[in-house]
Order: sequence, then C-alpha cells, then structure tokens
Amino acid sequence: MSRRNSLWSSIPTLAVIAAALAAAACGKKQPPAQPPAPQPAPPPAAGGPNQDSLMRAQRTADSLAAESQRMAAAVAAARNTITAPVYFDLDKSDLTEQAKAVLDAKAPILSANPGLQIRIAGNCDARGSDEYNLALGQRRAATVKRYLTDHGVDGARVDLISYGKERPAVEGDSEDAYAKNRRDEFEITAGADNLKPARS
Amino acid sequence: MRPARLLLPLAVATGVLVAFPLAAQDTTAGRGVHIGMQYTPGLKPNVLVLAIPGDLRDSARTIIERDLDAGDRVTIIPNTGGQLAAAVGGGSAAMNYALYAKLGAAAVVQCTLAPASLHVVVHDVGHARVADSRDAVISGAPLGPEWRLAVHGASDEIERTITGVRGIAATRVAFVRDGQIYEIDADGANARALTGPGLALSPAWHPTGRYVTFSLFTPKGTLIAVEDVQAHAVRTLAATPWGLNTTPLFSPDGNTVVYTHGDEGGTDLYLAPAFAPGAARRITVGKGTDNTQPTFSPDGKRLAFTSGRLGHPEVYITDIDGTDAELLTPFEYGDADAYRASPDWSPDGRLIAYQSRVAGTFQVMTISLRDHAVKQLTSDGLNSDPSWAPDSRHVVFTSTRTGVQQLCILDAESGRTRQLTHGSAARIAAWSRALAPLP
Repeated sequence: MSRRNSLWSSIPTLAVIAAALAAAACGKKQPPAQPPAPQPAPPPAAGGPNQDSLMRAQRTADSLAAESQRMAAAVAAARNTITAPVYFDLDKSDLTEQAKAVLDAKAPILSANPGLQIRIAGNCDARGSDEYNLALGQRRAATVKRYLTDHGVDGARVDLISYGKERPAVEGDSEDAYAKNRRDEFEITAGADNLKPARS
Repeated sequence: MRPARLLLPLAVATGVLVAFPLAAQDTTAGRGVHIGMQYTPGLKPNVLVLAIPGDLRDSARTIIERDLDAGDRVTIIPNTGGQLAAAVGGGSAAMNYALYAKLGAAAVVQCTLAPASLHVVVHDVGHARVADSRDAVISGAPLGPEWRLAVHGASDEIERTITGVRGIAATRVAFVRDGQIYEIDADGANARALTGPGLALSPAWHPTGRYVTFSLFTPKGTLIAVEDVQAHAVRTLAATPWGLNTTPLFSPDGNTVVYTHGDEGGTDLYLAPAFAPGAARRITVGKGTDNTQPTFSPDGKRLAFTSGRLGHPEVYITDIDGTDAELLTPFEYGDADAYRASPDWSPDGRLIAYQSRVAGTFQVMTISLRDHAVKQLTSDGLNSDPSWAPDSRHVVFTSTRTGVQQLCILDAESGRTRQLTHGSAARIAAWSRALAPLP
C-alpha cells in the first residue's frame, strides 16, 4: 500500500523532472518521439536584430518547454494507464466490461514499449479463507494476463503474483472497502525509464 | 511392583505438609506398566493432584492440574494451594485410600521432584493400589520451555493411565501473528516467533516436531520454507524457486512436502522431497481451477484439499497420485452461499474438520468419513482454519469471538472452549503431534 502511495505521489515529481530534463536537453540529445510543432514565422522587425533574435529564441524555448510538458503529461498518463487497477466481483475472476476497458487501454502502451515488463498482483477482499484467497488472487492475475496475451502482449513480459487478502488497498469491512480490495494491481518491473505513450 | 510398607501420615486441609524421610521412595516400579483403571467414555473420573514437596511456587502441580483439566477427560478435585499433600514415598500401603474415596477421588496423582526427574505415581483409589509409577526426565531451568514440556509429558502419561488415552499437553501450536510464524505451548505459555519480520503464512509441523514448513513471501515469489525450530535455521525448497507456492505440509512419514503451486494455468497440488534436492511432481490437474490446502490421511495414501472446480470452494479427496478425486462436502446445486475450505484430517482418520460459510460468516464443521454426517462445532463469531490435536478430539481454530482474531481450542465432544492466544491478532493454526514422550 505504501509503495502504491509513493508511486502515485511520485508521478507529478517525475513529470516535472522529465520536463526539466527535456528543456535542458533542448533537442541536443535525443529528439522527442514526435517532431516539434512547426514554428510560426518571425514577426516583422520591431526593435532591431538583437531584440528580434532574443524574442525568437524565447518563443522557441517556450514552445519546446510546452512540448516537453505535453510529453511528460503523456508519459504520466501512459504510466497511470498501465498501473490502473482492475476490479472484480465477489468470489469471481471473470472480467467485467469495465475491467476489459481498463485492460484495452493498457494493450497499446505495452505495444509501444516492447521493453516494458509488468507484474500483475491479484488481491481479494477480507472475506473468504485466507489461504484459498491466495489461489483466487492468482486466478484473478492469470485471467488478466490471458486477456493481455490474447490482445498481442508477449506473455514473457507479464509476471504474476497473488497477495490474497494480505495487502488490502482499503482497510475496513464495508462493501465499499471490499469492492476496492477485489482487484489486480499492476507494477512496472522493467522499462519504466523511457516510457512512451501509445502510438496514435 | 513392591509397594513400600510404610504408613504415610497425611495432612488434610490443614495446610500442614508433613515431611517424611526419602527412605521409602519407590523407584523400582516397572516403567510403562498400565494396570488399567476403569474409564467410561463420557464419564469424567475425579482426580486429585497432591502437593509436590519442593515444588517451586506450586507450579508443577498447577501445570499438571491444568493439563488434566484441559484434556477434558477427567474432573480435577480442587486442591487450593496444595493443601492436600502426602509425604514423599509412593507405595500403595502408604496411602489413606479410604480418605481419598470420601473426597470422591477415583485417582490420586502423587509426584516427587528430583533435580533431573519427576517421579509420578498414579493411585487407583477404588482398588486401593498403584496404577502406574514412572520417572519423567526433567531438563532445563525450572519453568523454562523444556522444563514445562517435560512436565506436560508427565501430565499426558497420567491421563493415559487414568483414561487410556494419552493427553495433549506436550504439544505446541504454530500460527501466524503480524506476518510471522509463531509457536505456543498447548497451555498458552511460551509464545515466541520462529521467523523474522515479513510475511509468512500457513505453518505445518513435521511429525517429529523438529521442523515447521510454511509459505514465505520474498521478492522472488512466495516460496516454501522449512525451518529447523531447534537450530532456528530456515531454508527454502529447491522445488519452489519462484512463483506462488502456498499451504505446505509434511507427509506422515516426514520425507516429502505437499504444497500448492499457482501459475497462469491455475493452482494445483505438488509433491517434492522435504530434505533432498529433487523435482516437484504434480498431483492434481485442476485445468485452471484453484486446488489448495492439502491435508493427509493418517496412512499418507490420500489427500483432502480445497478445490474451486465447481465455481466455488468445496473439500475433495484424492489418491496421492492425483486420481479418483471426489467431492466430500455436502454441496447442493443452487446453494449460492456454499463455501467450504481449510480441511484438516483427524489423526485417527475418522473426521475431517473444515470451515463452512453459514449465514455470511464462517463456522468450523466436521464431516465423518464413514457416513458423511456433518456436525457444526462453533456458532459464536467467525471461526476458521481448524487443526486437530493428536487426540482427534480437540481442535484449534481462528475465532473473532473476542472482537479480534485469536486462537481458541474446542473439545469436539463436550463443546467446551478455551482461548489459547492473547495479545495481537493470531490466525492459521497448526497443532503439532506429541513432542515429549516419556522414556
């Protein structure tokens, strides 16, 4: 749980760092995945050549910064999509339509990032046998892996684990807590550094 | 056996302990001699445990009394503060049997402490004779774990003399607390952690009590671990280097471990050598379903286990080679609440205890292997994960009846229940076999 929280809270930080890095690199090193937006034509000279080139440079920098910000946001969104949990009905491992939609969003990002590897962790709510729930969690993780491999993801990139009811996302014995705990979580185990958004 | 011909004076209810010379001490009685007192199941003979001369804070007598009481086969005659005492000795002629008969005692337990042994004489009051006389080897510091275990072993032999069935005091229960494997004496003393911080589940004892196996969550996966509880040495099974591996247990011969391995093809039971390198052999073929929580028949030829092959968990029995799996528990089609799991086969082979969902919560049940008769043992709170004592009569299980998960012990015959653990939550118990048989 704490790891999950820190992952979530670190996403804005990562975005800022990515933006800063991209701005600093300024196209010197690796080009962004998509070409920079075309620059508008420079306005007619107003205050001499020095002033003019300064303004042009500023505009270029602004545009690049905006672009890298857009990229960072896209990367963060991709990461969120990959790590978004899917939820299950009581004692079930079948995929709901909602769960399928969540998984359908993951598949293109996995395709765009062949180096990306993930671990699916199956979890259960607080009801049921502690030990049997480890098997149920495994089945939930396996169901999701099968769905992803059926949609073109190489099975070697997907690792499975089950925590049964040992790592609840939410404490408590309410129906709401149960529903939030019957889930598969997704952890990126490799390839997170150069994450690319899905190809449009 | 040649009883000493001495009349021992007896201090009754006066608080006076009459010291007597050691000359008459009877240590020549044959070991393991059982004359066989009359014991009728269902009737609990009254037993008086005399004060023990030199007993530190009356602790050995208190332990023996409590052990006999917890066995649920005898009734202890109160001997508050050890007021009833006999002088050292032990011959039948030295006992005032008429007096004990007036007190209602069917048996009188008379013990003598020596530096490294406890001399135990069980008197059959009705026949005015010594029923059993033997020495228990006592080691370790007084009141320490080994000392207590030795006294528990003496209690168990006393119970065998009086009732014909060995007691269950010289046993320990392994369980899970705060993600660690713990053990505790069957009387609730000496709770201590066997593993370090982390997450470990599902302990099970080796038949000798020397090892405990459990599932251990590691970065590489959930692995099957075997701990030498004397040496505090933990290793993981070579057959489980990665992935999900849970609910291990030793075979009755102690040589193999049966456990659950899960992958994308479902979870199934496997068998691997416990103490030698060697590959795992698959037992069940669940075709993508959950198959877990194995428990051996006493002869080691069959396994009961939990399977979700009907869409929800029920208890099945299979031959050890994985063939002839059949449903054991009484599932009726259409029962949406059905959920039966966590089987444990009784050591006498007659019953399987399990947990069953009843009105949205879990209760501990037994099912007879002879006629499939079901009996509900619990009704208060959520009760789960039963494990049999060696006497096939007592069951330890997880219960929320106190408001927090704790282990309780229940006598399946009388329904009498006592709480075993206290403090932070405890769950998933496993009862050892007898740990300290008398020589």
